[in-house]
Amino acid sequence: MVFKQVSSPHGHARQKTGEIMQLVVLATLPGFLVLTYQFGWGLLINLLIATLSAISAEALVLKLRNRPIDFYLRDYSAVVTAVLLALALPPLAPWWLVVVATVFSIVIAKQLYGGLGSNPFNPAMVGYVVALISFPIEMTTWVTPISLLAADISHPGLLESLAIVFTDNSPVDGVTGATPLDLFKHNDGLLVEQIYQNNTLFSRASFAGVGWEWANVAFLIGGLALLKARVFTWHGPMAMLGTLALMSMLFWDGGSSNSPGSPIMHLFSGASMLGAFFIVTDPVSSTVSNRGRLIYGALIGLLVYVIRAWGSYPDAVAFAVLLGNFAAPFIDNYTVPRTYGHDKSRRATAKEKSE
Amino acid sequence: MRQIWNTPGGVHPPDNKEQSLTKNIGHLPLPEKLILPLTQHAGTAAKTCVVVGEKVLKGQKLASASAGISAAVHAPSSGWITAIEERSVAHPSGMSAACIEITCDGEDRWIERVSYPNYQQASAMQLRDLIADAGIAGLGGAGFPSAIKLDSGTKKPIDTLIINATECEPYITADDILICERADQIIQGIDIVSHLLGKPKTILIGIENNKPEAIAALNQHCQGTGIEVVYFPTKYPSGGEKQLIYILTGKEVPSGQLPADLGMVCLNSGTAFAIKRAVIDGEPLISRITTLAGEACGVNRNYEILIGTPVSHLLQHNNFDQALCSRLIMGGPMMGFSLASSEVPLIKTSTCILAPSHTEIPDDEPPQPCIRCGLCSEACPASLLPQQLYWYSRAKDHERLQSHNLFDCIECGACSYVCPSNIPLVQYYRSSKGDITNALATKATAAISRERFEFRQVRLEKADIARESKREARRLNTEQAKKMSPSTTQSTGSSAADIIKAAQLRGITKQASPEQQKAKLQRTLLAAQMRLEEAQQRLVQVTNKGSAHQQAQQLASVEAARRKVEQTTQRLTEVSH
Amino acid sequence: MMSLLTDNTMLAALLALVGLGTLFGGLLGYAAEKFKVGSDPIVQQLDELLPQTQCGQCGFPGCRPYAQSIADGDAINKCPPGGQSTINAIANLLDISAPSLDEEHGEEEIRTIAYIREDECIGCTKCIQACPVDAILGAAKLMHTVIADECTGCDLCVEPCPVDCIDMLPIVENIHQWQWSAPEHSADLIATTASGMHEDAA
Repeated sequence: MVFKQVSSPHGHARQKTGEIMQLVVLATLPGFLVLTYQFGWGLLINLLIATLSAISAEALVLKLRNRPIDFYLRDYSAVVTAVLLALALPPLAPWWLVVVATVFSIVIAKQLYGGLGSNPFNPAMVGYVVALISFPIEMTTWVTPISLLAADISHPGLLESLAIVFTDNSPVDGVTGATPLDLFKHNDGLLVEQIYQNNTLFSRASFAGVGWEWANVAFLIGGLALLKARVFTWHGPMAMLGTLALMSMLFWDGGSSNSPGSPIMHLFSGASMLGAFFIVTDPVSSTVSNRGRLIYGALIGLLVYVIRAWGSYPDAVAFAVLLGNFAAPFIDNYTVPRTYGHDKSRRATAKEKSE
Repeated sequence: MRQIWNTPGGVHPPDNKEQSLTKNIGHLPLPEKLILPLTQHAGTAAKTCVVVGEKVLKGQKLASASAGISAAVHAPSSGWITAIEERSVAHPSGMSAACIEITCDGEDRWIERVSYPNYQQASAMQLRDLIADAGIAGLGGAGFPSAIKLDSGTKKPIDTLIINATECEPYITADDILICERADQIIQGIDIVSHLLGKPKTILIGIENNKPEAIAALNQHCQGTGIEVVYFPTKYPSGGEKQLIYILTGKEVPSGQLPADLGMVCLNSGTAFAIKRAVIDGEPLISRITTLAGEACGVNRNYEILIGTPVSHLLQHNNFDQALCSRLIMGGPMMGFSLASSEVPLIKTSTCILAPSHTEIPDDEPPQPCIRCGLCSEACPASLLPQQLYWYSRAKDHERLQSHNLFDCIECGACSYVCPSNIPLVQYYRSSKGDITNALATKATAAISRERFEFRQVRLEKADIARESKREARRLNTEQAKKMSPSTTQSTGSSAADIIKAAQLRGITKQASPEQQKAKLQRTLLAAQMRLEEAQQRLVQVTNKGSAHQQAQQLASVEAARRKVEQTTQRLTEVSH
Repeated sequence: MMSLLTDNTMLAALLALVGLGTLFGGLLGYAAEKFKVGSDPIVQQLDELLPQTQCGQCGFPGCRPYAQSIADGDAINKCPPGGQSTINAIANLLDISAPSLDEEHGEEEIRTIAYIREDECIGCTKCIQACPVDAILGAAKLMHTVIADECTGCDLCVEPCPVDCIDMLPIVENIHQWQWSAPEHSADLIATTASGMHEDAA
């Protein structure tokens, strides 16, 4: 009798790469719902445009690269990139902005490097940064959270939102406004306390900033669920959030007019939680060992704070992550874990000694 | 309860042990023919000591251990030797190797047995010889000859004896059922080993907590013996020797060393049983317990099989259906290898024959790209970075592979098991290990070739010079003769002086100048040193990889190289003085 | 002094730059001496990389002379027994781009070993003289044989044999030399068959 010959191990655990990616997409759901509630239909439209353009761009490049299309689309990595972008881009942004960012992510930042697994930078963040640098006005126009809208205006309905997105109509005055991080960035000599009193974004907030606080809480919940499902380890997110909190504590400055904001405000504003649990944890572009992830996360947390506090952009997760991506191979070199039976960990470039 | 240590990584594949535990140990009818490979152990092949046509009795030695690391082979039943030739054997390559075929006469008649029922009175040497003579090699799967393992006691005192009853691979229950049914004999075997090793302070039996009956049986028989039964949570691969040592003692076997260097010996429980059989009953290793499992077999059960039984014989008696079977595995699903044919014989290391159905172990899906998700490094029991090793293996970056400690990989398969992208990681590592070992071997042979080439150059040069100076001497002689011939009045004294001179000249030309000799010796020394270095490097490689046979070979070559260096250095000092 | 410098900014700048230049030049020079990486002479390193078949296909009488010639600027792609891997290794050492093998000197073939058909051998010792590594044993009018372990497969003994009794046979892989082959990267190419690995089960 003749049998098939294969290398051990025989059989695999059930979890597949596509399923992990689906899980990540699913975990963004709470955050997505909160954001949609707070900022209206724009987000859903972003999501649809981003997903469609991501999948078509991916399919197109795979075809050009002569790769099996459905085999690679089934890994859902394009969808993850699209979802992350859609969550990061401002709602009611013009459609071409979303398309440009997504196509750039998929084609330039991912496929041209060799596709999934070979990209040194997080594709979604590359797309975001490209859009931010190229179209600063569109990228910094954020919708006002629903609970802060004046009594006589409301978020545009679905059809109206579609019209705004696809025909470049501007939304009605008052529908867009500043974000909490914007307020701190453009602070002219007010004490933190005064900012909090003067602005409804803070005065009506539960703890950090209307709209943003609950969106961040929702991403935190989604992230913890992924942590529980062992999609990633705690090292990266915890290091990033910890460093961010530590930095904002160190430079809190007693709430003076120079203070860049409180730890709570930083942790629950902007893309902090989305970044910590969905971007920093991107395995492809991050470091490989747990020790490395601690350093990598801390570096990103530090950079986020530095750019938020002293740079010229209100939020900085995308920049910080890309800088972290740059440093990842370097960190990897020094953080190879100690192997069983060895006294010390070695460097990744260590030469074999003739013992 | 003794403290236990937790190893990093590990996986929890489904146990699948209950299927084969429903029945007790079974026996098969005697097969018509038995095929006994000469290499059933780690190390060099045994040397045949019978001839075709000879009649042999059960337990008769067919092949004796060759020098170095090797183990003897015995006849599992009486009959005639009908062939000594290359046959397909149980090996991942599916290749053939030398085998002895016995056609059984059905009488199953024993040869006269030699035993030491009063082993307490026997010396360690006697016992070790008996174990070596019985051809016992590790029954847990690695097949290292036990007598050699137990010999490490003479180099460094052994204070800890560890019996490995972990059996962490799914499906396999051979050790489990052996303990349940014959715990008393295993304990006797442990006592023999303990006596042989000079009563080590600590004797531990390591077992996973998914075998409550076996633990109970062991506890019952260990009472008052000083043997401690330690059970710990089930996790694959706790049964790896290095992992088990860490779990039980918290100590790590340093890379490139053996447990004996820590004063430990680790034996499988089945090996302890085989030692008892050999010492007390005088029966060499001619049978073992093998689990038959998998949905493609109608019956799942443990058998006490005769070594050399063809796998097909085992399958035929258990309603095997080839149409159902996705692959045939010898060993467990995690580390076992697939068999190309069912005609191969079961050998001393065959713990299990697994014939899974297509739903049980489906064909591998095509691999997806690696996303460095890190599940593999979370699963790695040796704390390696499998995802990095994978990239370097694909890039054939041997330097990086070695700096990431590729040779500390025990090939347990945990990384491939958890890989969500279905990447056959272990196969990558195996091929890279082979490549690196080959590259080193090629380098070593190249060094030898270089040395031989350079030696030849020197020899030719020397010959040239010798020829040249001979010619010169002849020329001088004739000239002198010419000068002399006209003046015959010259005294014979001067001609005698000429002869001496010529002789001196010849002497000089015959012997290469000291400078030349020195230069040559220095070259030889350099080459010898290089060879020594390379041999040492390769020894480390081989030690890590663990094949005991290669280790011994390499040790010998290191020794030879060292001797050469010493000799040359000595000659060199002689010449320079 | 100070006032001279502060008045003549040009002079100050010149002095500063010269001073800095001298300082750093000195430092670098010191560092280059102090932390010098000791390495074998390049010829020896090159010789290490060559396969030592001593076959002369490169046009030089042995590997060492070819190594010397490469060090003097010769092309690195003249070694068929070493093949592309050797070329790559040398290119890596010399930090140049790796050319492909120069077909003029031969093609990369599987490694072979010389075997003498012993009953045909007339004992002429011609092959013994040709062997660059002294791997043939024998004496005049007595049968010769090749020490297989020492044979580099250089082919040099085939030509001189007057009775053509030397065969170059490929090395047969046995079970001890067998090693796992690397998996095929099926998904990276175009194939999407059910099995990503060995299909040779038939």
